[in-house]
Amino acid sequence: MQRAATASIAIGFCHCDSMPQLYGRPVQPEPTHPEPTIQAWVNAKLVPVDLPQVSDGVLITSGGKIIAVGTKADVKIPAGAVVVDAKGKWIMPGLVCTHSHIGGFGAADSSGPIQPGVRILDSLNVRDAGFRRALAGGLTTLNVMPGSGHLISGQTVYCKLRYHGSSPRVVDEILIRDKDGKSLGGLKMANGTNSQGDAPFPGTRGKSAYLVREQYIKAREYHAKVVAAGGDESKLPPRDLNLECLVEAMQGKRIVHHHTHRHDDIITVIRLSQEFGFQTVLHHVSDGWKVAKEIAAAKLPCSIIVLDSPGGKLEAKDLLFKNGKVLDEAGVRVAFHTDDWITDSRLFMRSAALAVRAGMNRAKAIDGLTLAGAEMLGLGDRIGSLTVGKDADFAILSGDPLSVYTRVLETWVEGKKAFDLSIPEDQLYAEGGVNAGSDLDPFLCCYAPAWQGGAK
Amino acid sequence: MRFHLKMSRLSLLVLTCFLPLTTVSASEPVVVYGKKIVTATGKTYMDGIVICVDGKIQAVGSPDEFNVPGNAKVIRGEVVLPGLVDVRTCVGLSGILNFEHDSDQLESSSPLQPELRAIDAYNPREELVAYIRNYGVTTVHTGHAPGELISGQTMIVKTVGDTVESALMVDGRAIAVTLAEASTKSGKASPGTRGKQMAMLRSLLIEAREYSAKVAKKAAAKESAASEPDKEGKEKSKADEPVARNLKLEVLSEVLSGKKALLITADRAQDIASAIRLAEEFKIPLWLDSASDAHWMIPQLKAAGVTVLLHPSMARASGEKENLSFQTASKLREAGIPFAIQGGFEPYVPKVRVVLFEAAIAAAHGLSFEDAVESITLSPAKILGIQDRVGSIAVGKDADLAIYDGDPFEYTTHCTGVVIDGIVVSSDSQ
Repeated sequence: MQRAATASIAIGFCHCDSMPQLYGRPVQPEPTHPEPTIQAWVNAKLVPVDLPQVSDGVLITSGGKIIAVGTKADVKIPAGAVVVDAKGKWIMPGLVCTHSHIGGFGAADSSGPIQPGVRILDSLNVRDAGFRRALAGGLTTLNVMPGSGHLISGQTVYCKLRYHGSSPRVVDEILIRDKDGKSLGGLKMANGTNSQGDAPFPGTRGKSAYLVREQYIKAREYHAKVVAAGGDESKLPPRDLNLECLVEAMQGKRIVHHHTHRHDDIITVIRLSQEFGFQTVLHHVSDGWKVAKEIAAAKLPCSIIVLDSPGGKLEAKDLLFKNGKVLDEAGVRVAFHTDDWITDSRLFMRSAALAVRAGMNRAKAIDGLTLAGAEMLGLGDRIGSLTVGKDADFAILSGDPLSVYTRVLETWVEGKKAFDLSIPEDQLYAEGGVNAGSDLDPFLCCYAPAWQGGAK
Repeated sequence: MRFHLKMSRLSLLVLTCFLPLTTVSASEPVVVYGKKIVTATGKTYMDGIVICVDGKIQAVGSPDEFNVPGNAKVIRGEVVLPGLVDVRTCVGLSGILNFEHDSDQLESSSPLQPELRAIDAYNPREELVAYIRNYGVTTVHTGHAPGELISGQTMIVKTVGDTVESALMVDGRAIAVTLAEASTKSGKASPGTRGKQMAMLRSLLIEAREYSAKVAKKAAAKESAASEPDKEGKEKSKADEPVARNLKLEVLSEVLSGKKALLITADRAQDIASAIRLAEEFKIPLWLDSASDAHWMIPQLKAAGVTVLLHPSMARASGEKENLSFQTASKLREAGIPFAIQGGFEPYVPKVRVVLFEAAIAAAHGLSFEDAVESITLSPAKILGIQDRVGSIAVGKDADLAIYDGDPFEYTTHCTGVVIDGIVVSSDSQ
């Protein structure tokens, strides 16, 4: 019903000769969204992240983008906009998870420790129920990673959860692309004990670092040959997918997402990233609080995990809730991640809340769920905050994002609703129940939520 | 039930004098003031007080009703709960490093080992025991993990003590059985199928029944021989000959007699049904452990009178647990099925789960605040049969308290104090 009504308004909007000027920026229709609709949420508690919280907030989207953010007094609602009263609700940017394994642990296999040429997008199961659960947790962007059982586990993929209506059927529908249409992702690396093993895997930390250095040096030489060929195909070295990827990392075209736990392993990552100049995000960083000053000096951001208790392995035995606070106060940019299935994405906000429990600044913790993560994926100009011109990715919450009692009511991706707690199918992913873990769309003919007596 | 209130200084003194002097510690009295004292017995006191003397709760109520011992250690908090009880964990057998050296929760040399005792494997100085204690967990039902058809026994300990003996409340409380995937073997090893699992369990329980009958018969014969002193000496000595002890069958006999509980880990609905079938055949009360599909089996669980030791709310929704629901606790409560929320066993991370956090998620998904508190205090104490000592804030019970600076279930609230047996064991803000 609403869709039909808004479509006609959208047509009217498209035919305007001059675009409305909101927040000083002309609104351009998004070419990939042929039917832009103006939608406005009013009376909301807005958490823009890049600006202070607003209690009498207005958010306006059109064509999949945010076209206005501010207070009721600041923002004029365009004629023809579909207006939703969000009184009592909070609206925050769609959460960004910098480290997820939803869709399966793909990319490198167990044949060797260094496989940068392997892409996880070639093995992603787009119908994994985890993607729908992530939406139920307010997530809209994921960095799906291979690994961490290798020194270099392959190429990660940045996904946008475009699960509008029926599930995407192929992985291409959830990729994030650059302006040339190339799908975006990083490179997963790891050190410490996960990537050690029997030959050909390294048995020690020294050997681990050596094997990585050897590959980057090879890549450097490979690149020198490519440059020397000066475009002459006959002089080009044989194409090497592995070295090509490492060259991209050294050129800053591909961010290295580096799994690391123990303090000395963290320092090793800093050393290697400085030797080869790859742009690095430290991931997990369990001992980060012990070397926070060094991380800050190296200007490396940290994507940290928060777990209910330390341990599980020796290198994570000092993983504590205070990690976020100590790193942040040392001047390190901090994001959180789920490492889903380690932490269920539906509980992602809880990670930030537990950091606040241990003393982390509240605004910084919310930044760590959104903008900090977006920037760590190199997507800070497109997502991560409620900012004019950015993708209209946001979550509507029943209350404070750091409260256990708060529920994600709706999740919007690029201006379209992708999760709605009031719809039984979405409720199933939010709460769990029979068929909630199924890869396929739930078979709703036989489904009744568990709390309504179970399947019929 | 106001007999303990309105005590005069004299009556307090008299009561103190008559307290048994068996308590090991001669600790100073502890007085806890709470803006809200949730006793878990249905009564909540606003601006209340709990007085702990000689390891026991001496009084609970409004401060103006009691005289506070002058030498008492005073603690103040926003919310005071009874010390939390984890109804099913492996902490202390399963260590923080998750190495061979600190992992004694599962012995895989044989699928049927009910004879393995938890007291022989528990490390009371394990860091994770202290870790959960700091969030208010004061009693745990811990022991052998899921993963073998019969993995061993469990026990109940307080989360203090330098030796297992000093921590122990109940030795050999249950035997741990695991149905389905987790205890299924591959190749030629058994059990390889669900059918074989049940056949193996039934065979062993039948053997135990015959063993206990034999022991009983022998005991009766011995008794009758003793009462007839005229009988031939030869016959008498035969009656004296004991049945050769069999630790495996001995333990299972205790399960058959109801002395030890039968704890069956099962997640899938079909495995829950098998667990019920087994318990009914041998007339054993069933503790159903984990029970992800419990929300799908409410009528069956109710009809069979099953008690559920519910999986952690934040357990991973994958594999046999793929159908788990955040709403299961509230569904069980609604149906009147006895249950408690467990910390459970994690083979990787988080290496131990804190029941406080698990109950919080249930409280956010349909379970009332009071019921969520009960699910990790009085309810597990009743299930475990230790409600005369722990599980609620009541006069005469062990002085085990957990103190918080706000709603205990809120993510950003801290546990600011923990008291066990009247001793302040933690005053850090966690």
